[in-house]
Amino acid sequence: MHKRISSLARLGIFAAIGLVLIALSGFVDELRVYQGAEVAVYVVAIASITLLTGYSGQLSLGHGAIMAIGAYAATLAFNGWHIPWMAALAVGALAGAVAGYILGFAAARLSGPYLAGTTLALAVGIPSLANQFHVLGGEQGLTFDIGDVPTWASHSWLAKIGHGDFTTYKWFYWITVPIALATIWVVRNILTGPIGRRFKAMRSNPTAASLIGIRVSSTKVAAFTYSSSLAGLAGAMLAMILGLSAPLVFTLTLSFTLVTGAVLSGVSNLYGGIIGAMVLVAIPELSASVATHLGGSEKVTANLPGVVTSLLLILTVLILPNGARVRRSK
Amino acid sequence: MLHIWGIEMKTILETLLIGVSSGSIYSLMALALVLVWRSTRVVNFAQAGQAIISTYIGYESMKHLHSYWYSVLVAIVAGAILGAAVEAFVMRPLAKRVRGSAAADIAPVIATLGILGLIRGVAGLIWGNTFVQYTSPLSGKGYTFGSTTIQFSPQNAAIVIGAALVMAAFAIIFNFTKLGLALRASSFQPEISRLAGIRVDRIRVIGWACAGAAGAVAGALVTPTAYLSPNSLDLLLVSGFVAAVIGGLDSLVGAGIGGVVLGIGFAFILQYIGASVTFLAAFIILIFVLLVKPAGIMGKSGGRSA
Amino acid sequence: MSGLVVRDLQVAYGAVAAIRGVSFEVTPGELVTIIGANGAGKSSLLRALSGLIPVAGGSAMWNELSIFGYKPENLVRAGIVHVAEGKSVIPELTVEENLDLGGIWQKKSAGVDAIKAEVLQLFPRLGERLGQRADTLSGGERQMLAIGRALICKPKLLLLDEPSLGLAPLVIEEIFSAIARLRTSLGLTVLLVEQNALSALAIADRGIIFNLGEVVASGKASELLADPVLRASYLGY
Repeated sequence: MHKRISSLARLGIFAAIGLVLIALSGFVDELRVYQGAEVAVYVVAIASITLLTGYSGQLSLGHGAIMAIGAYAATLAFNGWHIPWMAALAVGALAGAVAGYILGFAAARLSGPYLAGTTLALAVGIPSLANQFHVLGGEQGLTFDIGDVPTWASHSWLAKIGHGDFTTYKWFYWITVPIALATIWVVRNILTGPIGRRFKAMRSNPTAASLIGIRVSSTKVAAFTYSSSLAGLAGAMLAMILGLSAPLVFTLTLSFTLVTGAVLSGVSNLYGGIIGAMVLVAIPELSASVATHLGGSEKVTANLPGVVTSLLLILTVLILPNGARVRRSK
Repeated sequence: MLHIWGIEMKTILETLLIGVSSGSIYSLMALALVLVWRSTRVVNFAQAGQAIISTYIGYESMKHLHSYWYSVLVAIVAGAILGAAVEAFVMRPLAKRVRGSAAADIAPVIATLGILGLIRGVAGLIWGNTFVQYTSPLSGKGYTFGSTTIQFSPQNAAIVIGAALVMAAFAIIFNFTKLGLALRASSFQPEISRLAGIRVDRIRVIGWACAGAAGAVAGALVTPTAYLSPNSLDLLLVSGFVAAVIGGLDSLVGAGIGGVVLGIGFAFILQYIGASVTFLAAFIILIFVLLVKPAGIMGKSGGRSA
Repeated sequence: MSGLVVRDLQVAYGAVAAIRGVSFEVTPGELVTIIGANGAGKSSLLRALSGLIPVAGGSAMWNELSIFGYKPENLVRAGIVHVAEGKSVIPELTVEENLDLGGIWQKKSAGVDAIKAEVLQLFPRLGERLGQRADTLSGGERQMLAIGRALICKPKLLLLDEPSLGLAPLVIEEIFSAIARLRTSLGLTVLLVEQNALSALAIADRGIIFNLGEVVASGKASELLADPVLRASYLGY
């Protein structure tokens, strides 16, 4: 028997996990810390796909583009208005939400292959805009430098746990991990609440859902808006840890990678997203080391991660087409 | 020089010709997507990947055959085999597993994405991520009339003629042969077709093979005008999809017309606005068609809930 | 035993049993009708016999060979041809294409053209409309087209699912008399599933009455027609 944990209690648990994760950053090397930040970014990005596909049944191949919108918005706001990085991330989320709201209106009238193809076109089209407008910085993109680690963080008691310098990478980790945990907490609350029930009803039977008074199209718009705000946030976070927003970051491959991550984690499994995110970060590194062992050329190093990820995606879909969903006991 | 409203006629004609040439490639890609859509109700996002591998195989075979035209034939055969293999070994087993489940709509789309990624990766492993030249004996330099040279080259002409030949071949196969009847029947009503004795699974494999061949023609014809790399045809996938949607996704004729319309549209945008808005334009055209004329120019009215 | 022999056949959709163990046989050249209301499991029976849906248990033999586990198209090629419920024609194709569909997998020497000519003689109205799309046909004409295509597949066992559905009485009479003539002229074995008990029993040799996935009665068509209890409770007149 599972006890029902109240959402406030869960918040407490998440905060404790967050503190432990942050404390751990003192014991591992810089590369791992940076990868931890990457995982956190992917957790948020995958959560945005899970929210959309897993619960509302709509498939978006264009979330890489929404991430780009969030990234550029955050970067422009940070550089132009000199606002704190936290506000810049919020601007990224907001920009994503606005884009999702607009896209949602089109998406509400499309389904299946049409939605997939339309969002695919978005994934290709949006990043290419950066080349058109001077203000977006062209191929090189825009730098997003949040500056040095503030002293309150680097001199805090948490920073004294473990060893090693307080690098910018560690600071990114400190920022992204709590955001990722908060995202899971918020999304979980959305999904277990009335909105989540509407999403589920709409996914399993749109006709029946409309008969019991769920306005399917506005629910779809809502799903796209929530999901895209998370994607925008993830994009802003990605730009922050990379230090720039550039078209090369937000490629078609990124959109596909997100879908892969969501599928690997079992599309409608929120916590699975953490595993999916870890796999996405681990694959390039593991295959890089395999490639080096094979005495690999640049060809192998550059392409093995893609091959492995895609193979995993195909196998997951073939073996567990309905997602590796963990059954929750009632 | 003839001017109308201050716009040079030569430029307009030139843009039109270039548009028809690139549009022919979109038409072929759209044709490939429509063939697969009609046979299995899946939008095959791996189509660009299949075309890439076929083109690379054509490129490799040219080293031995020393003939561009024979190498195009090799690419076509390779494309057909690859298409058949994807359907027989991935898509059909998957369709059987997801039949009737919540993932029935989404899983095949994701699988085609996986195949696209896999193919791009494998192409990169074999041929590297550098650009290679796959050259045609035809000149890439524009035709000259008197003192003016236009952008439209013999290779562009070959693209238009090649695409037209492929379209005509498919039109004949579909409308006048037993195979065509079986392909049409299986795509409209697979169950009734089975009850009429049609081996629908086999027919679907043939549909995917035809699509693979059409995509290979597109890849092998367009590549001499540019370069070849593992993702050099990605944009073609989007254009092909938009063209197919303009044409109604279910119509072979629509795919042909949709491609040319889109090609001409792109050519004018490129000429008078700029290169980097083309794909945003594609997106806007796509949304516009989907929301205003959801069944495409060749389709019947009705929603797009597939 | 030759002919169709069904033993303890069960069909289920998930946890819901559609057919709960039915047994019957149809001897070669016989016309047997299965009668029952909506939801009695009649269509499920035919769909199971033609390989469209999997069975949950039991066996079915055609001329002493098991027919389960084969794809529908292979059963068609073996002579078991199913005309599905609801005028099963392909609306996007022309009348002629719909007919030809049953013959394109056969060898030219198999005499498909001769059968096609026979079908057009049997249903002259189809001959007048060969070039029209099937969705322009009336309900009766579509049913004729569906039966015509089945004949071109050269059936030995013909499975007919409610050919009278939604048709006017005169049209029903026309189609049923065609079925009766066909069966004698071609020596067909016919399993006819019907709600329209009166018309079906009128041309059948024997009848089987289905209710909720089980056989509740069976016997000679003439005896079933004469039984007052059956008439009142199952035949509905």
